[in-house]
Order: sequence, then structure tokens, then C-alpha cells
Amino acid sequence: MRKHATTLFILIVILAFAACAGRQKNILETNEPQVKLRSMQSRVFDITDHNQLLRIIIATFQDLGFVIDDAEESLGTVSGTKLSGYALRMTVSIRPRGTHQMIVRSSLQYNLQTIEDPETYQYFFSTLSKALFLEAQPID
Amino acid sequence: MKVRRIFKICVILISLVSFLSACQQKNIFKEALTFSPDYFKDRQLQTRVFESIDEKNLLTASAAVLQDLGYTIDETDVRSGVIVCSRDRDVTVTAEVVLSVALEILSILVGNPTSVPYDKTQKVLASLVTTPVNNQKTAVRITFQYMVWDSDGNIRRREQLNEPEIYQEFFSKLSKSIFLVAHEI
Repeated sequence: MRKHATTLFILIVILAFAACAGRQKNILETNEPQVKLRSMQSRVFDITDHNQLLRIIIATFQDLGFVIDDAEESLGTVSGTKLSGYALRMTVSIRPRGTHQMIVRSSLQYNLQTIEDPETYQYFFSTLSKALFLEAQPID
Repeated sequence: MKVRRIFKICVILISLVSFLSACQQKNIFKEALTFSPDYFKDRQLQTRVFESIDEKNLLTASAAVLQDLGYTIDETDVRSGVIVCSRDRDVTVTAEVVLSVALEILSILVGNPTSVPYDKTQKVLASLVTTPVNNQKTAVRITFQYMVWDSDGNIRRREQLNEPEIYQEFFSKLSKSIFLVAHEI
């Protein structure tokens, strides 16, 4: 009886450690390789005005029914949430590429799930293209 | 033989359910990330253009109205013309609490104790964005969303607020605030 109790106790301790390690591993875990993820989440636009691009992205967020959670012009990031029975969170960051282009990167989270599906990002970039009157080019 | 057949049916059912839920999720993303037919109407409802006021003063007047309405400013970024704010409220309705308690007592009497939650707290989230139209005019757009939690702490509703009266009232208060800011009141 005592032997069983000891085995059970050891099992519980091992499971507790495993659960803890699992939670910590989650923090930096993704399903897709880093380069592939960046490529599906990024597009290049022929635009140079940092402030104008960021303002058009913010307007697109609002046209899509997102409420802005945070915007930082100097860093070039905007985050927003759309609530419609679900919670869809999106962060968009912009950075220059050479002297004539800007890279726009979007990342999405649906409820508690990170989106790693290329088609979903394509929906956003075609909408942004319409808002910018510019073609979204894939990143090399 | 029979067990194998049941197993096969289970596998087919599980595959079908996951396929359907994946399809449904794709539709949600498409709907959420492309312009809806109403987007221009929503934009008009949520936007006003003010004359003879620059962007910085319009942001100042807007922040003052949001404070008047009991909102907490969570984030601001003047260079992109953004104010993010929120307001928490207790939305408990006595009748709903009484009904919840009565149903809980009834569930105990029938031998199946069940918790019957009621709406408890609400958080309204708003973001206000200003855009210079030209040297004379500045546009301001505000969007509201809200979340409601029940007495068990679970989210009950999370939606966008699209009632025209809310936007009309906000812009009417903003017009007054612009007047007060202009007169340094």
C-alpha cells in the first residue's frame, strides 16, 4: 500500500514538472519555420512615406471593424482587435526596404490560436493593396 | 467486426467535423479581413470632419471628451493621431440576479445543483483616430467595441457597437469640447 502511494506521489511530481516544462516551451514555440512564417506574413509595397503608410494601415484597421489597441509611429507598429463573437488580434509592423519600398508584416491571433495559414494573410494584404492603390509584392 | 465498423464510422465523423470547422474558420477570416459591403456606411457613421482646427488641438479636445465620459486613456500616439481608451462598468441587473438565485435553488431541489450565471461586468474599448484632410480641415473617426463577463468570469458577449445614436452623441459632445478648448475653458 505504502509502495503504491510512493509511486503515485512520484508520478504526480513528474507530471507537474512535465506540465510546467510544457508551458515554458509554449512561450517560444511556433509550428512554421521562422523564414517561412516571415515570408507568408510579409509583403513589399512601392511606397516611401512611413507616416502615410502607417496612417493608411490604421484606417484599414478601422474599415475592417478593428479597434486600435496600440500604435507607435516611430517604431512603425499598430495593433488592433476585432470582436464579433470571436476575438481576432492583429499586429502590423512596417520597415523600409532600400530607398523606394517598405515591408509590411502582419501577424494574427484568433481567440487563443496563432494563425499560420498563408491564405488568411493574403486576404489582409489584398485589402491593404486596395486601400493603398498599390500592388502587394511577395518578399524575396 | 462490429467494433471495427464503429471505429471506422467514428474516424469518418471526426474527419468530417474537423473539415467543416476548418471551412467555417476560413470564412470567418475572409469576412474579418476583407471590406464588407457596409464598410463605407460604417466609415461615414464613425467619422466627422472639423474645420479650423489642427490635428493636435482636435486630439486634445477628443481626449477631454473621453475623460468627460469616464474613459481611461490607455495609449496615445500623436504622430499617428491615435487615442486608445476603455471604460469598465458593473452591468448587474437585480432582476437577473434574483432569477439566477431562484434557478439555482430550483436546481438544488431537483437534485442537480447548477450555477446560473448573470451579466456582471462590461468593458467598452474605443479607439479614436485623427487624419488631416487639408490645411483647414481635420477628420476624426471613433470606433467602439464591448465585452461582457458573467458572474462566473466567462465572456458572454464581444461585439462592435454600431448604434448611430452613440456616434451622434459622441460627436455632439466633441463639437462642444472643441469650442471649450478653443476658448481655453
